[in-house]
Amino acid sequence: MTVISDPPSKSAKRPNRLFRNIMAKIASIPMVVTALVVFVGCTAWTITYSFTGSRMLPKTKWVGLDQYDRLWDTDRWIISIKNLAIYGACSMILTLFLGFCLAACLDRKIRFESAFRTIFLYPFALSFVVTGLVWQWILNPDFGLQSVVRNWGWESFTFNPLNDPDTVMYGLLIAGLWQGTGLIMCIMLAGLRGIDDDIWKAAKVDGIGTIKTYVVVVIPMMRPVFITSLVLIAAGIIKLYDLVVAQTGGGPGLSSEVPAKYVIEYMFRAQNLGQGFAASTMMLCSVVVILIPWAYLEFGGRKRG
Amino acid sequence: MSNVLKSLLVGTALTCASTAQAVELEVTHWWTSGGEAAAVSKFADAWNATGNTWLDGAIAGSGGTARPIIISRILGGDPMAATQLNHGRQAEELIEAGLLLDLTDVADAGGWRDIVNPTALLDSCTLDGKIYCVPVNIHSAQWIWLSHAAYENAGLDVPTDWHEFVASADELQAAGTLPLAMGQQGWQQSIAFGAITIAVAGLDAWKGVNVSKDASVARGPEYTAVFEAVVAARELARGSNVQDWNLATNMVITGQAGAQIMGDWAQGEFAVAEQVEGVDYSCLPGLGLNAVLDTGGDAFYFPVNDDPEITAAQKELAALLISPEVQVSFNLAKGSLPVRGDIDMSSANGCMQKGLGILADGGVLPSSDITFSADTQTQIEDLMAQFWSGDMSAANAQASYADLIESAD
Repeated sequence: MTVISDPPSKSAKRPNRLFRNIMAKIASIPMVVTALVVFVGCTAWTITYSFTGSRMLPKTKWVGLDQYDRLWDTDRWIISIKNLAIYGACSMILTLFLGFCLAACLDRKIRFESAFRTIFLYPFALSFVVTGLVWQWILNPDFGLQSVVRNWGWESFTFNPLNDPDTVMYGLLIAGLWQGTGLIMCIMLAGLRGIDDDIWKAAKVDGIGTIKTYVVVVIPMMRPVFITSLVLIAAGIIKLYDLVVAQTGGGPGLSSEVPAKYVIEYMFRAQNLGQGFAASTMMLCSVVVILIPWAYLEFGGRKRG
Repeated sequence: MSNVLKSLLVGTALTCASTAQAVELEVTHWWTSGGEAAAVSKFADAWNATGNTWLDGAIAGSGGTARPIIISRILGGDPMAATQLNHGRQAEELIEAGLLLDLTDVADAGGWRDIVNPTALLDSCTLDGKIYCVPVNIHSAQWIWLSHAAYENAGLDVPTDWHEFVASADELQAAGTLPLAMGQQGWQQSIAFGAITIAVAGLDAWKGVNVSKDASVARGPEYTAVFEAVVAARELARGSNVQDWNLATNMVITGQAGAQIMGDWAQGEFAVAEQVEGVDYSCLPGLGLNAVLDTGGDAFYFPVNDDPEITAAQKELAALLISPEVQVSFNLAKGSLPVRGDIDMSSANGCMQKGLGILADGGVLPSSDITFSADTQTQIEDLMAQFWSGDMSAANAQASYADLIESAD
């Protein structure tokens, strides 16, 4: 009946689109509401209250940018940012590199592949708290790795990263890599299995070496897999908290503090919500600054192409 | 959670039917080290002896870990029946928000005004003339604990004040002993700083900074001397890689370290290790120089509850915690000083007698929990963590400290 004349057809089509798949839309309402209220709503609330002088309880006592002034004047925050940058850069590069290398090794049709895959993936089944404690003990100079090697007779062996302010972040990095590389390896392995055998045959016919084939042909083909890994690793880096609490408690001194720990401690231990909110807003900003150009390149570019 | 709560309530209702007024109260606290656990069991035993039930809610970790959990439970509408906090300003906003039970009638009935000594303790529980907490003990932070074994091993006499200790440090080191045990946590380093301040700078400078919050005193020469003394002390503590305070105390107990600056709660650890004051270890209040003690400590707060039966039980528990017998048994186990001056503490050991003597002489200071907000304290602890474990110069640390005092509240 909408075929008869044009104007009514347009007005009838619009509600039509809205009510298409009506059950699916109703079913997704809870998720949409959750996303709006929990994510958008709470984020807006947090940002709003970061401009107040709230202490233990949120209060609308406006102080402008005071909390941010104080934040960027605080040594501990600056140290936290630097630490996260070191950890983030190393963790990102090494996790991708090691994950890909391990996956490529497993992909060479070795024996006991599934056994190795389980071994490498196993640390991922442990929480960060357990990982942190285990590595705190392993790296403890008095009864960990250092004392074991010394008992073997190598008396001068020194490996004590956690008690030296300059190396403590690398001690954390070892634990983080141990825990996280297995998952990235599995994702990479799945990606490698998705590469058609014909590609390998063609490369062989053209006389391209194995490593060169990986670097020049296979890695560019695995772009979506790398993007997924990148997002997973980046999310893990930003929320780095429990590993630090379990392994070093932020010490020695402030040398392994991270931003998430600053937020938690100022919100609850120092009972200064405003300061904690300001710090968490800065964390959000840093994520947004990285995310928006990437999303633009990733999604905006595809539309044009 | 609510299911657990319901089953607890049902359980409570059932026991109510059989016995007259047995109420189960959940009590949260962060007393988890050996000596502390022994002390809290005295409270639990006394409460269970009244026919009620003490549901122990120990939260591992120090106050810094436990306090956020406690406060978020109260704010989140899942309050425990009673909780430990340090008296002072930690609960200020909870009281203002009307989340804590007013204990004024219990206090009046028990005559707390007259029995609590020093009365400043009760003042720190009071807001607008109403009393909201029961102080249960007095803890002071200005103590140094010395290991006799370590000094015998080095062939030295046990020092009697801070200066002698510093002078003896080289020989201790030569004997392979770490002079000063120090847990690598900001609050412990902050305590050591406070104790050294009172010993080195004296009371007037300490009060100028901590009570009047006068930044010019913090920039002055007395404090320069303090920061230089701390720089010397941090060299004595190099190689102390433990985190928790009781692990550092254990180094003193076993003679691996010569001394530790720690509050009088360290006493409980010596007691658990069955060491005897004057034979195995010594204690010097005020580092042996200025014998004054601050009067921080623990107090119990009671979150407001809808159930009148629980409210009545809360008040009953409040009165019990401050009753003479419980005060004696609890404080003997914990190594802290009782909050009332009218009880017989003659069975206390030498260190506690020293503390009781100082209290009786009125050599008391307010604790940092009372003078500073949690925010300022955290900032000071952060600075101390940075100062003690890095190589920050005394001048830089003093400048940062003075800035903090200037904006302190």
